[in-house]
Amino acid sequence: MDLSRRDALAALAAAGIAGAAGATLLDDADPDPDLTTLVAVAETVYPSAADGVEPFVETYAAGLPDDRRDDVLDVATELDATARDWFDAPLADLDRATRDRLLRELGVDAADPDPDGNLSDRVRFFLVNELLYAFYASPTGGRLVGIENPTGYPGGTESYRRARMEDDG
Amino acid sequence: MADRSPSARADVCVVGAGPAGAIVAARLAEIGHDVVVLDAGPRFDLDDRTDRLDAHLRPGVDGRWGMGGERDAYASSGSRDYPLNAARVKGVGGSTLHWQGMVMRLHERDFELHSRHGVGTDWPIDYADLRPHYAEAERELGVAGADDNPFAPPREEPFPLPAFPPSHSDAIFAEACESLGLPIHSVPNARNSEPHGGASACVGYGTCKPVCPSGAKYTAERHVARAEAAGARVVDRAPVQRLEHSDERIEAAVYATPEGTEHRQEARAVVLACGGVENVRLLLLSASDAHPDGLANSSGLVGRYFMDHCFAGVGGRIDRPTRQNHVGFNTSECHALYDATDPLPGVKLEFLNYAGPAPVIEALHADDWGDSLLEDLRASYGTHLAVGGLVEQFPDAENRITLDHSATDDHGNPVPDVHWSVGSETRAAIERANEVQRAILDELGAEVDWVVGPDETGPAFHHMGTTRMGADPTESVVGPDCRAHDCDNLWIAGSSVFPTGGAMNPTLTIAALSCRLADRLDGWL
Repeated sequence: MDLSRRDALAALAAAGIAGAAGATLLDDADPDPDLTTLVAVAETVYPSAADGVEPFVETYAAGLPDDRRDDVLDVATELDATARDWFDAPLADLDRATRDRLLRELGVDAADPDPDGNLSDRVRFFLVNELLYAFYASPTGGRLVGIENPTGYPGGTESYRRARMEDDG
Repeated sequence: MADRSPSARADVCVVGAGPAGAIVAARLAEIGHDVVVLDAGPRFDLDDRTDRLDAHLRPGVDGRWGMGGERDAYASSGSRDYPLNAARVKGVGGSTLHWQGMVMRLHERDFELHSRHGVGTDWPIDYADLRPHYAEAERELGVAGADDNPFAPPREEPFPLPAFPPSHSDAIFAEACESLGLPIHSVPNARNSEPHGGASACVGYGTCKPVCPSGAKYTAERHVARAEAAGARVVDRAPVQRLEHSDERIEAAVYATPEGTEHRQEARAVVLACGGVENVRLLLLSASDAHPDGLANSSGLVGRYFMDHCFAGVGGRIDRPTRQNHVGFNTSECHALYDATDPLPGVKLEFLNYAGPAPVIEALHADDWGDSLLEDLRASYGTHLAVGGLVEQFPDAENRITLDHSATDDHGNPVPDVHWSVGSETRAAIERANEVQRAILDELGAEVDWVVGPDETGPAFHHMGTTRMGADPTESVVGPDCRAHDCDNLWIAGSSVFPTGGAMNPTLTIAALSCRLADRLDGWL
């Protein structure tokens, strides 16, 4: 299942965001290290069937309103610092299983998503849930589950009448 | 800073900017009357609707509709807990901001319950009286519907907008219901099936309740906008504290502002339209030597006969796709049980289009991610079905709203106390509804995995009956024209005037009564 920049724009549309803000993030020859961390988290929490995670996340992050994107990237910095502290390596350099273990040992799986909480709560809110929201409120993520017009996505009033999911086309 | 000072001259002061008040305000302003609307809550920016969508879908995001806290403190001392702040919204638009938007007419039996069946009471008006106003109300709300309901009362003209077509799961239910002799039919929706009223057609966010980001679902903000365009003033964050009055006339509505000042809005007439709980509280807070038990309460019935609709439902899973959670509204229902006598309380069956979990919401609450989360989502999504329903409560004087003097709100006023219980007739009707709902799912070979019966039931958040309408001043609070028996210039709009509540979602009847009230009040002015 290939994610694309178009999917990211659809996810932004679902969140009511036009997707124009922060486009300069994409113009940099060297990607922002915090963005690299965010992509690494996405590769951990998205299903392994998802391809094209990097452009999807980059486009989604670039389209977020400035303050929301700053919050996300600040927490990515904190998480990356934890990875360096625990494993002497940036999060993005760890394999998927180790990233997964890091998140679980931080308690992110059971944390209450809270923008003002401790690091685990904030990682859950700003990173894991932001990324899962982008994914499962988009038609591409929804399709993996079996719903092409997921809750929160303005996918029209045709799909609810169909007996089965339409082909990707 | 917003100007919240009173208007020097007003023909009408409307208290509450929900649908009941906003429709009255718009119609009177458009006729040329000077109208001031006061609402306790804020004006919600239309551009913030996607933030409210976030707040609904994403745990940890605040900001749905701001209910709760000291402003909205309440007590619930009945045998059933009543979650009042989940049941209402204070602000411009009122509870239509979070409602689902189902709008059907009451049936003829609802107006004649005592005459026909010896229970409850009769309305002082009948369906024929309200019928033309129902048609007006459907136009006011832009109702999308079809004339395909064999149980509905007679109507004279098509719905303003075409009905939303049936869902895939409706087609599944139709097979079973046909076998059981239960005809299913469309749901009238206050939701644009095509562009209407300056708003787009529904685009399928699937979150109608609690927020429609596209504006396709009707909210009373449309009538507020119309009222303002016609010259009305709408003052938000202006909770009315009491109604100052002489023996038989209201002189002014006294309201507070966020700056801590208090103002008096004088008007020739006052329309109380702040819901079945706050209407009562305001009348009781306005007690005086002339009205020692509360304003307009010589009958002693202000606050009594509080009714809601009780939910009954059965859900389960079948062995084929049911395609749920694409939209947040229903497209088919069944009124076959409604006018029958087994059970006697009205029962309306609803075929849900949102049974079972929505994957994105489940994902955000899960304690897992990656492939195992996807596996869980696939296992839990796709084959759910549910039949819900509303069940009537007959009026019971002991179900009531009073003041709890042991607690106060942010202005030092006693808070409302909701005394709510579910009577034996309603319990029996919920059981009967469950039997039918289970039979439908059995017919489909479903594995039933939940039942909401009489012990689990909860309210549908329809506050009715607490300032009941009647011809006899000793047995009612307002007359047939919705004017208080005890107060010449006090009119009450909304479902608090319903003598009985049937089992139909009340807002179309609220709107019809507001159209009628506006006509009567215009004549009175």
